[in-house]
Amino acid sequence: MAQVALRKIVKMFEKTPAVQGIDLDIADREFIVLVGPSGCGKSTTLRMIAGLEEASSGEIYIGDQLVNDVPPKDRDIAMVFQNYALYPHMTVFENMSFGLRLRKFPKPEIKERVDSAARILDITDLLQRQPKQLSGGQRQRVAMGRAIVRNPKVFLFDEPLSNLDAKLRVQMRTEIKKVHQKVTTTTVYVTHDQIEAMTLADRVVVMNHGRIEQIGTPHEVYHNPTTHFVAGFIGSPAMNFLPCQLTENGNGLSVRVSDKLTFPVPQERLARYRPHAGRELLFGLRPEDIIERRGEPEPGRAAFEVQLEVVEPMGMETMVYFVVDGVEVCGRVNPNAARNAGEIMPLVADLNHMHLIDPRTDLVL
Amino acid sequence: MTTATAQIGGAGGAVRYGSMARANKRALRWSYFFLTLFVIFFLMPPIYMFITSLKTSAEIGAVTNPWWVYNPTLENYTTLLTQKSFLTFFKNSAIVSVLVVSVTMVVSVLAAFSLARMRFWGSATLATGVFLTYLVPETLLFIPLFKIFATFHDYTGIALINHWWVLIVLYPTLTVPFCTWIMIGYFSSIPKELDEAALIDGASYFQILTKVFIPVALPGIIAAMIFCFTVSWAQFLYPLAFTTSEDQLVLPVGIVTTLIKGDVYNWGQIMTGALLGAAPPLIIYAFLMDYYIAGLTAGATKG
Amino acid sequence: MADAVASDVRVSTARRPTGARAFLRRKEMIAFFFALPLILIVLTLVIYPAFYALHLATLNKSMQHFVGLGNFTFLFKRNTFWMVVEQSVLFAVTAVMFKAVIGFIVAHFVHNIPQKGQRKWRGMLLIPWVIPPAMSTLAWLWLFDPSYSAFNWVLTHIGLDGIPWLGNPYWARFGVILVNVWVGSPFFMIMYLAALKSVPEQLHEAAAIDGASWFQKIWYVNLPMMRNIIQITALFSLIVTFANFDIVKILTNGGPVDQTHVFATWSFTLGIWGNDLPLGASVSLFMFPILAIAATLILRNVRKRGNEA
Repeated sequence: MAQVALRKIVKMFEKTPAVQGIDLDIADREFIVLVGPSGCGKSTTLRMIAGLEEASSGEIYIGDQLVNDVPPKDRDIAMVFQNYALYPHMTVFENMSFGLRLRKFPKPEIKERVDSAARILDITDLLQRQPKQLSGGQRQRVAMGRAIVRNPKVFLFDEPLSNLDAKLRVQMRTEIKKVHQKVTTTTVYVTHDQIEAMTLADRVVVMNHGRIEQIGTPHEVYHNPTTHFVAGFIGSPAMNFLPCQLTENGNGLSVRVSDKLTFPVPQERLARYRPHAGRELLFGLRPEDIIERRGEPEPGRAAFEVQLEVVEPMGMETMVYFVVDGVEVCGRVNPNAARNAGEIMPLVADLNHMHLIDPRTDLVL
Repeated sequence: MTTATAQIGGAGGAVRYGSMARANKRALRWSYFFLTLFVIFFLMPPIYMFITSLKTSAEIGAVTNPWWVYNPTLENYTTLLTQKSFLTFFKNSAIVSVLVVSVTMVVSVLAAFSLARMRFWGSATLATGVFLTYLVPETLLFIPLFKIFATFHDYTGIALINHWWVLIVLYPTLTVPFCTWIMIGYFSSIPKELDEAALIDGASYFQILTKVFIPVALPGIIAAMIFCFTVSWAQFLYPLAFTTSEDQLVLPVGIVTTLIKGDVYNWGQIMTGALLGAAPPLIIYAFLMDYYIAGLTAGATKG
Repeated sequence: MADAVASDVRVSTARRPTGARAFLRRKEMIAFFFALPLILIVLTLVIYPAFYALHLATLNKSMQHFVGLGNFTFLFKRNTFWMVVEQSVLFAVTAVMFKAVIGFIVAHFVHNIPQKGQRKWRGMLLIPWVIPPAMSTLAWLWLFDPSYSAFNWVLTHIGLDGIPWLGNPYWARFGVILVNVWVGSPFFMIMYLAALKSVPEQLHEAAAIDGASWFQKIWYVNLPMMRNIIQITALFSLIVTFANFDIVKILTNGGPVDQTHVFATWSFTLGIWGNDLPLGASVSLFMFPILAIAATLILRNVRKRGNEA
């Protein structure tokens, strides 16, 4: 059990920077998820913690030890790879015990550890099988088992679920969460899937272009994103962004997104936005905050009408798409209230959840 | 567009299908016919070897149908297999080939692992260099090597020329580059994560090689070993140039130089010897054909 | 920003001269150590002799005096030399062409028949490649025997004249090429068959729907898809055929009157039998330019293949 700390970590490949100065503190027993688009440096960061890549500069601590110069096998970490990386010529038991056997553990202890890990993962029946006889989900469990038997200080997961089909992915996600609750080892988990990040993480680290955009609980990064990138990356369908003008309107403020459409800023946000009055900004609102109109809108909500372009029924809800000043906007409405494409539909926007972004700094105001 | 295609398919589908099946059947019959012709062409010399090997000298000299054996006998086989010199050739060939396979595999597997996975300064250039040396034929090297070995003798007193074991020094020039090249291909096809997992599990580089790479790439290693053995067994130029005493010869050279005495050709024995000389590679091929072919195609398709 | 990062790197490496870098250097050391036997073999037994051959070619027969390009000017004045050049090129180019064509045709026939029978046919067709060439050439020598030729027996029985297979220069040239084609075409067949297997079946179906005939499918689908393998195989074979020794040595030993000598056999005759190593080395060096060209082309092709994969 240990905390992990990264100090000003930089990784250069030849001349191109992959990671550009990362600071991160991971508490003991914490489940941290690094999420971002491909090429954002999340995997490189993980591999530097594992010791598979050397940091170009900066310091990596596991526990209280500076591990920059420690080879992977002595860092007391275990890693689960995207393609499982099971040794194809070994049985499940041999796969799981390989690390222990190399470290010359006594046989009874190896057996005991493998059995207990197999029980946690429910793969006791598979121990004598070859990897090629296993399904994707079973291989994933074995890969995790191989990590658990080592009882390491830190678990590292490198996109472990992306080779599985959608249904299995959801199942294994729950499984990983359960395993973490049982073994409570500090975990660093890399994924490009923001849903995985949200569901698994104690804290999410959103990365882009080799930098950390935001660190926060899933709730924080979803509801209070601090940058344009995070606002757009977290959440699916993605947040709608519309160029707007913040105008003063007597005592209040309003957001003008088009000639026809202007939203009033809710009372409690006035102080926060006042200094930016008169500027061209970016208005952000999640699809679930654009819903069908039912009776008179409550305070903080604004009613408007649009012509629908595309309607996508999803079962539980229906996505409606319309265009505001050339920008496509998505709303998430009750299936029973949805109209057909081409028709006019009355909607409301919940401005209590609105975001304003400074286009010059890309920061959320 | 789509509807039009569908209509044509609907109207003429059944007829077309029938005609295509008939055309396929005809093509198939022609394929078998020509394949049979080619097999006859390709197998005729070894079959003729076998036919001749069963004949007595008298029958070979007679003006009978050469493609038929009237008085089959195993005399040629018993004569050769009890002849001391022939058994020596066989023994020399076997020892040389086995040792060359061993040396080559150790050198190539270590080098291929290093070049495919570990890398060091200049390793990429070396990999290309290995490929290029594979393309240097022995016919370019045997004369300078001959002179170098002679000079080596002058300086050290160790005579390399006219000893069968000099071939163990020479053959690796033919086997090592190719085997390294195909092993680089096989090792490169092993997912990178496998050695990373092993590295984290606590394996040293040597352990990664012996406990992970060699078992996983075993088919490739077998293919490389077969290649090595076949090349060593068949090599003709080096032993012809470097060994002369009868007890130092390997099989191909032994057969060619000792069974052909001046203008006297004892064809029954020559063909028997040639067939026995061809037997080890043929037997290996018969049992390990898939590995043999994998090794053959690996040179150009891998790496 | 990039500058700042770069300077950061420098600072930190200066601060920690040992550490990870030492670990990596250790890894490189191990890697180098693993490759060392290979490097030694290649250096002492391939690179050094190759350059030594250049040196050797500038010495006189007793290897006492430096004669510069004397061996070469001597060769250029001899008719036999030009005959060997001509025969080497003729031998290699013709043989490779026939091997490629036969290999291509046979590969298609094998590919045509049902999958489960292919193994058996392929197995039989590869046998010439498996037999050591020195051994199989002996069988051909016997088939071509002047008095007991089994071919001539067939020819006379169907009312034709027997052929002086190895006695007449033209037939002898035909003979060595024939044996080389016999030994080499199975290799082409196997390579082309492997390439054919990698052509996706959907392409053939798409071509069939587009109305392509059997020949058009080969010409417009198979050939372009196999082009890279065809080139690599032909170039490989060109090198091996150009440097061929066994077949010519055993079948004709260069005769009649040196008409079938190629570089390899002639350099052997001059160098080892004639005891004139420098002259032999000079002859063998003439293989080098063609080998170098072929090797460069192969390397380019293999690289291209690597990039595609």
